[in-house]
Amino acid sequence: MSRHAVADAVRTQESYLDVKGRYSGLFGWIFSVDHKRIGLLYLGSVFLFFIVGIFLGLFMRLEQLTMGETLMTANMYNRLFTLHGVIMIFFFIIPGIAGTMGNFFLPIQIGAKDVFFPRLNLLSWWLYLAGAVLALFAIFSGEGMADTGWTFYVPYSVQTGTNVTLALFAAFILGFSSILTGLNFIATVHRLRAPGMTFHRMPLFIWSLYSTAWIQVLATPVVGITLLLVILERTLGIGIFNPAMGGDPILFQHLFWIYSHPAVYLMVLPGMGIVSEIIPTFCRRIIFGYKAIAWSSVGIAGVGTLVWGHHMYVSGQSSTASIVFSFLTFFVAIPTAIKVFNWVATMYKASIKVEVPFLYALAFLFHFLIGGLTGLMNAAISVDVHVHDTYFIVGHFHYTMFGGSVFALFGALYYWGPKMWGKMYHKKSAVVALVLQLIGFNMLYLTMMYMGYQGMPRRYYDHLPQFHDAHLVATVGSWFLVTGLLMMIGTLIHSIFKGEKAPQNPWGGTTLEWQVPTPPPLENFDVVPTITSGPYNHKEEAE
Amino acid sequence: MLSGASSFASLVDDAFFFILVVSIIFFVGIVATMIYFVVRYHHTRNKKVKNIEGNLTLEIVWTVIPTLLVMGMFYYGFIGYSDMRNVPDDAMKIKVTARKWSWTFTYPNGYQATALTVPQGKAIKAEIESEDVIHSFYIPAFRVKQDAVPGRDTYLWFRATEMGKFDILCTEFCGDRHAYMLSSVDVLPQEQFDRWYANTGKQEISGGADLSKTGEKLVTLKGCIACHSIDGTPRVSPTFKGLYGKTETIYTDGKERQVRVDEAYISKSIKEPAADKVKGFENIPMPQQDLSDDEIEAIIAYLKSNK
Ligand code: HEM
Ligand SMILES: [Cu+2]
Repeated sequence: MSRHAVADAVRTQESYLDVKGRYSGLFGWIFSVDHKRIGLLYLGSVFLFFIVGIFLGLFMRLEQLTMGETLMTANMYNRLFTLHGVIMIFFFIIPGIAGTMGNFFLPIQIGAKDVFFPRLNLLSWWLYLAGAVLALFAIFSGEGMADTGWTFYVPYSVQTGTNVTLALFAAFILGFSSILTGLNFIATVHRLRAPGMTFHRMPLFIWSLYSTAWIQVLATPVVGITLLLVILERTLGIGIFNPAMGGDPILFQHLFWIYSHPAVYLMVLPGMGIVSEIIPTFCRRIIFGYKAIAWSSVGIAGVGTLVWGHHMYVSGQSSTASIVFSFLTFFVAIPTAIKVFNWVATMYKASIKVEVPFLYALAFLFHFLIGGLTGLMNAAISVDVHVHDTYFIVGHFHYTMFGGSVFALFGALYYWGPKMWGKMYHKKSAVVALVLQLIGFNMLYLTMMYMGYQGMPRRYYDHLPQFHDAHLVATVGSWFLVTGLLMMIGTLIHSIFKGEKAPQNPWGGTTLEWQVPTPPPLENFDVVPTITSGPYNHKEEAE
Repeated sequence: MLSGASSFASLVDDAFFFILVVSIIFFVGIVATMIYFVVRYHHTRNKKVKNIEGNLTLEIVWTVIPTLLVMGMFYYGFIGYSDMRNVPDDAMKIKVTARKWSWTFTYPNGYQATALTVPQGKAIKAEIESEDVIHSFYIPAFRVKQDAVPGRDTYLWFRATEMGKFDILCTEFCGDRHAYMLSSVDVLPQEQFDRWYANTGKQEISGGADLSKTGEKLVTLKGCIACHSIDGTPRVSPTFKGLYGKTETIYTDGKERQVRVDEAYISKSIKEPAADKVKGFENIPMPQQDLSDDEIEAIIAYLKSNK
């Protein structure tokens, strides 16, 4: 099947899935320091949370089906969107790509046998688990899940009787998990590249992970400390943020967004990395503008740290600050645009095979364009004054994070899944699931953006009569979306257990992961390869 | 469609539409090119690829053009915003007080109301404050919004251009009744407003002939009814209907006891809301109220009348 001249590698070592280590069964997974097993551990865990998050979203949409109370009380609704936000951000999307695809493929793509600190890698997952257990406690003990929104704004979060302290502590622990992963990836990229693998010969997925890792290491401590300060505020009443004690609530917002804005790039950059892998493979040609794409990742990570104030145009921060932040924000658009142009240019004079991963890459581009372009509207101050904290924003960020990053992750599951578990998927049901997702997604979030511009605020338990029809459309959209998502998850599970055996290189990819057996052996390579050229070396001649 | 009823509406909408048009051009252009390439260079049509590594001219073009365009967008947003932050000197100042979960508007002559009434064509400066958590004062039809932050004064201004009644919403999450923290702004012609405003002077809150009527106004104005209903509907706090004379189970310093709701109990509940907590509502903090003795007397009279 492979179009590449290199013949399939002869398997000399057994697959990492068959290796008998010190432990077997479940322990063989949760105590394994193999980056591939840890990647799958993450995959299982983040998807468990994702499914919970999906249903929370669905329930919120059901509540909006009628005016007034439909399913639940206002207080319940408030807890639902908080939990939905916390799960989707901290438990799903932040570790979602780096922890799963990053762990599995970063070492292989640079020709390494594992990450630089394998034990630390396992610790990251255990910290993730600890955060998850704490979050469960936060939900089921005392006054129950926090009702503050995932942003935990002070003073509401200091005053509410719900379990904010525990929820914050859970997020704090997850922060450590994220920092350790970042640290590990930076060390791995610097120390473990195969001979000849210069920075400019690294696959673009690695560039995106590398840029993200720096954000994880540099920005996460800020939010960690901030969340800790809120905990102290609640327990000891130290009065840093609480105005009733002379504190400044705006300071909290600054500290929160200093992390959480860069964090949105932390969510989307790895997704862009995935798309940069999928596109050249299915176009069967070299990527257009390798250096432009690589360095724009660094550019986004860099400029992205300077723009947090655009979340605060109407918060009461100084008008000058708002203007400066708006100006800087527009510069994030440039490296993003550069990437998009280069991806599209890669399709020029290509020989395109349209497989499911490629369709997801196209869906990513479609959604991410809408997400990015509406971002320009939010960045313009006067427009944002109107749309801030409305459904326009909710629509916008679902387009970038969900339609963008998460769809890229879905694409990666179809692209790399065969390598990870050695089985192919059922193509027809994968395509039907994607079509349902596309219909549902756009029905739901485009309608939300429309409502937002008409003045529908976010985090509203109820809606005014003028929004009723649009809410109906959005809710019906969520049914299509959830059906598509469940069908996709079913397709993937089916492929893991019942799929046809996957060949070594089903797509004709050129990066290193396609040159090792499927599934890869424990130490990935028998002999560490020597690299002599860039990553996407497709042959010009057809075979 | 949402009406544009202030002088900012066209500024915001124009900036929005400028960005929207540029976006649609880019979106359609990129998506169409993408689809064209996928069809034209499908492997059934094109077997031989060309490994083009890049093109510096193109990279420069698609860096420079977007840069110029976004600078235009920045400028558009910036001029609208400058206008929003520079209040004309002759603006009429109205104090906007936010609390869970109601709004109070205080006019220069001391008149207070829970809905806003403004003259058409005149600049109004809203001086915004919050008594508890962060709220946000939002009038979609006017395209204005500003957070109400406890311990910090904020403001916005607008000039209403259209007559009519428009929604006021809270857009910063503030708790259980956030979605019901609503009010409205009524825009009147200048003369009609002047007449209305001249009359407000006479409507002194305390005193007046019927004490219980005054009390009824006060519970609305001071935001009590955001949590306590007046008709028996369950809300986050005990209803006012039939409250007077009832026997409540309360906690004082954590000890449970029974008490009859009388004048002394009501007065104490208003002055020291944390002292006695009614069973079933013990976790819901009631904010400290700044009421004069006359006002409390009026509220008691009202509660007696609401059987
Ligand atoms: C089936 C899928 C999903 C549905 C139906 C859904 C629906 C919703 C709804 C209805 C809201 C509340 C809007 C409001 O009232 O303010 C919301 C908020 C949110 N969603 Fe989703 N969503 C889904 C998937 C996702 C994904 C995949 C992510 C992230 C990767 C995400 C991230 C968020 C965040 C961060 C919030 C804000 C929570 C807050 O206001 O604190 N959602 N979503
Ligand atoms: Cu509010």
